[in-house]
Amino acid sequence: MTRPPSRTWLNRRAVNEALLALLFLAPALVLFLAFTFFPIGFGFVISLHNWRVGPREFVGLGNYARALAGGSEFWSSLVATLTYSALAVPIQLTLALALAYLLFQKVRGKALFRVVMFLPWVTSTVATAAVWARLYSPDIGLINGALKALGLQPMRWLLEDKGIFTLMARDWGLPIPAWLTGPSLAMVSVVIYTTWVFVGYNMTLFLAGLGNIPPEMYEAAKIDGANGWQLFRHITWPLLSPTTFFVVLITIIGTLKAFNHIWVMTQGENGTQTASILIYRQFYEFQRAGYASALAFLLSGVILLATLIQNRIAAQRVHY
Amino acid sequence: MTSTKASTFLALARSRRKGPERVHPLVYVVLLVVGFVSIIPFLWMLTTSVKEYGDTISLKLWPWPPFGTSQPRFDNFIEAIRIIGVDRETGLPLFVRYVLNTLIVTGIIIASTVTTSVLAAYAFAQLNFPGKNVLFIIVLTTFMIPEELILVPRAVMMNKNYLNWYNTFLAIVAPSLASAFGIFLIRQFFLQVPRELFDAARIDGAGHLRYLLTIMVPLAQPAIVTLALLEFIWSWNEFRWVQLVTASANMRTISVGLVGFLQTEGGPQTHLAMAVAVMVVLPIIVLYLFTQRYFTEGIVTTGLKG
Repeated sequence: MTRPPSRTWLNRRAVNEALLALLFLAPALVLFLAFTFFPIGFGFVISLHNWRVGPREFVGLGNYARALAGGSEFWSSLVATLTYSALAVPIQLTLALALAYLLFQKVRGKALFRVVMFLPWVTSTVATAAVWARLYSPDIGLINGALKALGLQPMRWLLEDKGIFTLMARDWGLPIPAWLTGPSLAMVSVVIYTTWVFVGYNMTLFLAGLGNIPPEMYEAAKIDGANGWQLFRHITWPLLSPTTFFVVLITIIGTLKAFNHIWVMTQGENGTQTASILIYRQFYEFQRAGYASALAFLLSGVILLATLIQNRIAAQRVHY
Repeated sequence: MTSTKASTFLALARSRRKGPERVHPLVYVVLLVVGFVSIIPFLWMLTTSVKEYGDTISLKLWPWPPFGTSQPRFDNFIEAIRIIGVDRETGLPLFVRYVLNTLIVTGIIIASTVTTSVLAAYAFAQLNFPGKNVLFIIVLTTFMIPEELILVPRAVMMNKNYLNWYNTFLAIVAPSLASAFGIFLIRQFFLQVPRELFDAARIDGAGHLRYLLTIMVPLAQPAIVTLALLEFIWSWNEFRWVQLVTASANMRTISVGLVGFLQTEGGPQTHLAMAVAVMVVLPIIVLYLFTQRYFTEGIVTTGLKG
């Protein structure tokens, strides 16, 4: 029998291990501290000042008051952000789930399809948004070219600031009340692009979730005479709910922060000035660091709120 | 329960006898259409990049034989590079400078992210120390902090009153040198390595560092490759941050250069804009096609086991 190690030896070994851990963690932690956590506090200080290159004067909560004043650009940017989110999330996820469900069968060429669907997510948003901006071009764009070829009326897409319901009312003579304008066609065009980018990515996540459902459950239910819809409703949907929850969460957060493609396609014109665009413009174009920081805190509050609501819903609905 | 098991067994036996289930032909139609929509923008970008200006205006999809009389114009790429201009400092074309800058920035970011992530992941997966769980949660919270929140203060930190890194590579790479995503991804991999392997290495006299470098890192190679690839793509495609902290044309990376070109001469000249877009997108597509399985794995691992 070997002698048990003495306590001092054990302690020294534990201390050495802790020191080694500290050494290994130090580079990452120092970087997070300097460029992630410190900027949060610094950003709050900036938001309390009139701040150009450096601090000009302390204004307290003045920047927040200005942002939250009735009819301010912050409110309209928040409406644009939420509109974008409300349109993009359901369209993207329904399509992604449907495609994943189709692809989950023994389809030939599955691997190729996945690669193709993933391409838009991999490639530079700036470049593909530039391509789409030209596809949407009213005069020389492919989309209007196709519409004309089909005998349909061309549209102004990214350049159209009128709401889609207003346009329907005008073109089809539908009786729509004046207040019901709907999201601008430019916004809808951006949403279509977003769908194109993210459907493959979300489909990949859904496919992984589908792969985690034990196939025996389907077999058993089929023997009990369940039809396709019942299989989906009573097996796939509940067992997929952890995946669905996760995908919904990252998609909502992603849409609330969307920036690159909107900036390239519209620069925030025609009803597409989301909160991210507003923050960037205030800082980059007008050097208003204080005001932009206050806006950033307000947007982050909205994102945090969305996450909390999601978690609350998930606690009740998700079957782990 | 028994009857379910029996019936499951029967069903499995039957399905095996039948071979794969038949897929409805409509499924193929849907997938073909969706797949086609997915690549049309890329096909249009590629064809437009070698069109003549006139053919882009007259909306000819294929102006070359057998449907048209034009010839593919590969000079578009050279003309676009010429229009972007020359770097006064080195005499190189600015576009070449953009590519070099991007490669330098990307190289630094990958080297640093992989190193810091491997070390931190090892500490979290293999070492015991007080406050481990709290620190791990702190690392995970950086996932949740929206970039918008820290964008402005980070940029302010770079100006001459503070770090004075504005318009340098240091400013471009600083926020991306460590990654919570990377730590999490590699930690997941390290956790799967059986503990007995470490005990065996210990008996052979290996310390933690040697164990990490000779056993763990080679085992976690797929995760490390995934991290390096994703970091490559993200820094290749990064636009907003670089735009905020650079001023001179010769400090731009490729995505910022593309936006600059789109907002100037490239705007109205669709064929030249697409030529530059092709040069930005094509390297990534080629890289992706050769390495695509790493992407799916990385996304699914970090996405779903969180």
